[in-house]
Amino acid sequence: MIVDTVVFIVAALVILVGALGVIFSRNPVHSALMLVMTLFGVAVLFVAQEAHFLAAVQVIVYAGAIVVLFLFVIMLLGVDTAENLSTDPLGGQRPAAGVVAVAAVGLLAVLAVRAVQVSTGAESVTLPLDSGRSNIAVLAEVLFTDYLFAFEVTSVLLVIAVVGAVVMARRPRDEAGDELSGDALVVERHTETESERT
Amino acid sequence: MIVDETWYLVLSAMLFTIGAAGLLVRRNPLVMFMCVELMLNAVNLTFVTFSNILNDVAGQVVVFFVLVVAAAEVVVGLGIIVAILRRRPNATADDVSMLRG
Repeated sequence: MIVDTVVFIVAALVILVGALGVIFSRNPVHSALMLVMTLFGVAVLFVAQEAHFLAAVQVIVYAGAIVVLFLFVIMLLGVDTAENLSTDPLGGQRPAAGVVAVAAVGLLAVLAVRAVQVSTGAESVTLPLDSGRSNIAVLAEVLFTDYLFAFEVTSVLLVIAVVGAVVMARRPRDEAGDELSGDALVVERHTETESERT
Repeated sequence: MIVDETWYLVLSAMLFTIGAAGLLVRRNPLVMFMCVELMLNAVNLTFVTFSNILNDVAGQVVVFFVLVVAAAEVVVGLGIIVAILRRRPNATADDVSMLRG
């Protein structure tokens, strides 16, 4: 039991320090690295709550793919310059955000305590976690039976995201057209010189 | 001192709030996206905690879908950011409030 407490406290510190680091880092690259720290902390808490598959997926997909995508965009665009955080462009925004944050933490904490009091003792409606089978087997059975339609819709969503990313990351049509006509001119000149030679 | 589920829920509340505050305060669109990821992770932690409390695997399935949607959202969002920042380097979220290119 003491091990659970130590694991939770260490992971919670890692998560909160990482989250604050994301906000307060002046350089976007540092923010991305702090985000990795937070994601690892959340993965540790997933393991502590017997969600082993999700912990692995958290590390692979989030820390491995999404943060790398962030860093890739940062480096590709060369926007890794430090931002000046000392000025407040919109007057009074930061104190207001602080007040809202404190109020939200209070309300959500009250809600959490109350929810635990209300929701204990409810019965499992899909599959129980403590059925003696592995976490991944239970998760797979529910995912491919009860949630099969949502799973298929997810694949459609991914295809739409890929198409959208390609459409948005393409160059505008006029620039592409200019390049094409430029190439055509070069080809024309080339053929002209060749015809002069002959 | 025993860690029970309430601690996890309070921690995820704090994580969600830090993400929301960062989204309100920061102006770099990339950092704002990272704050959205923080909020999604806080919600994931809540889902896994309630899955543990209720002894029901459905919460973990929802986290699985949230992961996929987060990946799709990041792809589309970074596509938009690349399109904006290629035209105007060092643009902040305030600069694109008109949405007229």
